[in-house]
Amino acid sequence: MKSYNLTHLKELEAEAIFIIREVAAQFENPAILFSGGKDSITVAHLARKAFYPAKVPFPLVHIDTGHNFPETIEFRDKFIGEMGAKLLVGSVQESIDEGKVAEEKGYNASRNGLQTVTLLDTIEKYKFDACLGGARRDEEKARAKERFFSHRDEFGQWDPKNQRPELWNLFNGKKNFGENFRVFPISNWTEMDVWQYILMEGIELPSLYFAHKREVFERDGTIMAKCDFIEQKDSEDTINKTVRFRTIGDMTCTGAVESSASTLEDIIEEVAASRLTERGTRADDKRSEAAMEDRKKQGYF
Amino acid sequence: MGDNNTDSKGYLDMELLRFSTAGSVDDGKSTLIGRLLYDSKSIFEDQYEAIEESSKRKGDENVNLALLTDGLRDEREQGITIDVAYRYFATPRRKFIIADTPGHIQYTRNMVTGASTANLAIILVDARKGVVEQTYRHTFIASLLGIPHIVFCINKMDLVDYDEKVYQKIKEEVEAFSSKLDVKDIRFIPISALKGDNVVNQSKNMSWFKGGTLLYVLENIHIGSDHNHIDCRFPVQHVIRPHSDKYHDYRGYAGRISGGVFKPGDDVLVLPSGFSSKIKSIDSFNGELDEAFAPMSVTMQLEDDIDISRGDMIVRDQNRPNVGQDVDIMLCWLNQKALTPNGKYGIRHTTNEARCLIKNIQYKVDINTLHRLEDDKNIGMNDIARVTLRTTKPLLYDKYTRNRDTGSVILIDESTHETVGAGMII
Ligand SMILES: Nc1nc2c(ncn2[C@@H]2O[C@H](COP(=O)(O)OP(=O)(O)O)[C@@H](O)[C@H]2O)c(=O)[nH]1
Repeated sequence: MKSYNLTHLKELEAEAIFIIREVAAQFENPAILFSGGKDSITVAHLARKAFYPAKVPFPLVHIDTGHNFPETIEFRDKFIGEMGAKLLVGSVQESIDEGKVAEEKGYNASRNGLQTVTLLDTIEKYKFDACLGGARRDEEKARAKERFFSHRDEFGQWDPKNQRPELWNLFNGKKNFGENFRVFPISNWTEMDVWQYILMEGIELPSLYFAHKREVFERDGTIMAKCDFIEQKDSEDTINKTVRFRTIGDMTCTGAVESSASTLEDIIEEVAASRLTERGTRADDKRSEAAMEDRKKQGYF
Repeated sequence: MGDNNTDSKGYLDMELLRFSTAGSVDDGKSTLIGRLLYDSKSIFEDQYEAIEESSKRKGDENVNLALLTDGLRDEREQGITIDVAYRYFATPRRKFIIADTPGHIQYTRNMVTGASTANLAIILVDARKGVVEQTYRHTFIASLLGIPHIVFCINKMDLVDYDEKVYQKIKEEVEAFSSKLDVKDIRFIPISALKGDNVVNQSKNMSWFKGGTLLYVLENIHIGSDHNHIDCRFPVQHVIRPHSDKYHDYRGYAGRISGGVFKPGDDVLVLPSGFSSKIKSIDSFNGELDEAFAPMSVTMQLEDDIDISRGDMIVRDQNRPNVGQDVDIMLCWLNQKALTPNGKYGIRHTTNEARCLIKNIQYKVDINTLHRLEDDKNIGMNDIARVTLRTTKPLLYDKYTRNRDTGSVILIDESTHETVGAGMII
């Protein structure tokens, strides 16, 4: 008998597409949270596949810290233009100007924590009832128990103790007024799955992911890009290095790795041999072992 | 470059195996998962350093691999696991998704959740204690949830001198009671999660055991028939209408195939309307497909213009699902608030949504002895009961044992919107 078997990437893809379509069916006003990183690019690509030949029926929302790599913004505009989707931007600078949040001070100042407020305000402003995100359960311990359909109370908070059980392919998107959901279609993917899928599908990525020459400096063992948003200490010399980024976030808290990987194949080989999780290069998680969980409870992605 | 290509190619050929783990507290579940991840080289340096650090802080002389699977901080502080957590690892053959479900008495609900999508269940038994009440419970739940393969890991063999007799006795006991249950494939492996015997590496201490290691079984067990490829079932999830000039009249039915194999040109029947048509094409972003089967997500076009919406099902004329408003289910209750006899709940089944009435509670199951408690109609959290439902509209269903996708339902509390019950149609 012929064997009807899907490869694991095809099965993960089928699962993600099912989830995305479920969002379209169960919610009135969903959006895709788009950071310009490979995970949210993958989610946007999957959304395209889910509704083909129709256009993706959701806008893409970018929470702009104002401290982005210019490459990210350039890529974002091109990618969303090609998709024919609508871009909505939530600005952290505006939240600061409006006095809703205060800028951090000092050498390690970052706007990463401030994003949460801007995100929640943006959700409220546009009345999104479901926001699709590219978070994966393998990224961090606190995410291992995250649901596909993650319920948020009217304050946007996540209650890890009171999550709805998720069984089979039956997703419950029912909610009370003011509540909303975060939905994570690629929950079951690992970093390697995402890279292999990008290669298989020929998905375009921002140039930051590939090796390039850049002015950088080292801080606490992390290589940071030289930029106007970070105050360098006198002891932190600017040097030229060939680097790439494993994740793409705010310039103030995204570390680079020294690498000569200039193609997807090179990157995959590097990821396979790598001995640090990708979050290991993010300064924001190092603050404490439970850092991610604290931010998630407050409504971070 | 050549090597990379083969690598990537290998990766494109891998299969996905989902498994759940169950055991009583302290049987060594966390240690086993940690061992699997560690010995299969799925641990990153920073993760290992973090648990090395924590182990030292707690005064552990060994690096406690169990810490790798520790979840949220509250639980870390209480030293227990209280919810299903998902872990991932891969070998060149397969990618694995572990649903790590805690074994406490009160957490039947978690095991049911974790088991609902699993191909395989690992049930741990402490070699010193042998079969205990929870072993019955875990096996019963695994069989109730229709997990096709169950692997019993007899753990802590190092503490019973790797004695074959201890292993045999437990194996016979399990075989005796599991023969009364509906399980297709049962296996046994003597292991020591702590020392690593028969987890990833063959044990030198148990040369009497001729079977493969746990990882060998996970990598090689046949999962190709775990989905139903016989009964054609396509629950329509979403209707795609591009409204563009190029696709002006396009009307595609998007969904995930729950069973069978569909091909362009097939005669199909649409339920509940009963209209017949033919599949015009099966579309995807990457082009038209020659065939589609479970669990693929696809979009179908039909030859005829008929009114189809979410919740409808596309099937074959000569192989139809049951259609009915009165269904019997085995219900696992998931919520603090007990089931209300004669109460009304929201119900979800495939892509369909309706309301239902709890018409009759036939009996509750004592999950430790499997006895039917006909007089006990009090169904609280973690209880399992046979219940008759009356739904507000007909469901298009199969028996759960025939198809896990078209045979499962969830019940939703209409005021809190929480998922309160999980049901398997009998
Ligand atoms: N001697 C021995 N101890 C084990 C073995 N597996 C686990 N343990 C110990 O049993 C205790 C409970 O293990 P743990 O993995 O936390 O159990 P869980 O509650 O099932 O997750 C710990 O002290 C482990 O070190 C084993 O194979 N042999």
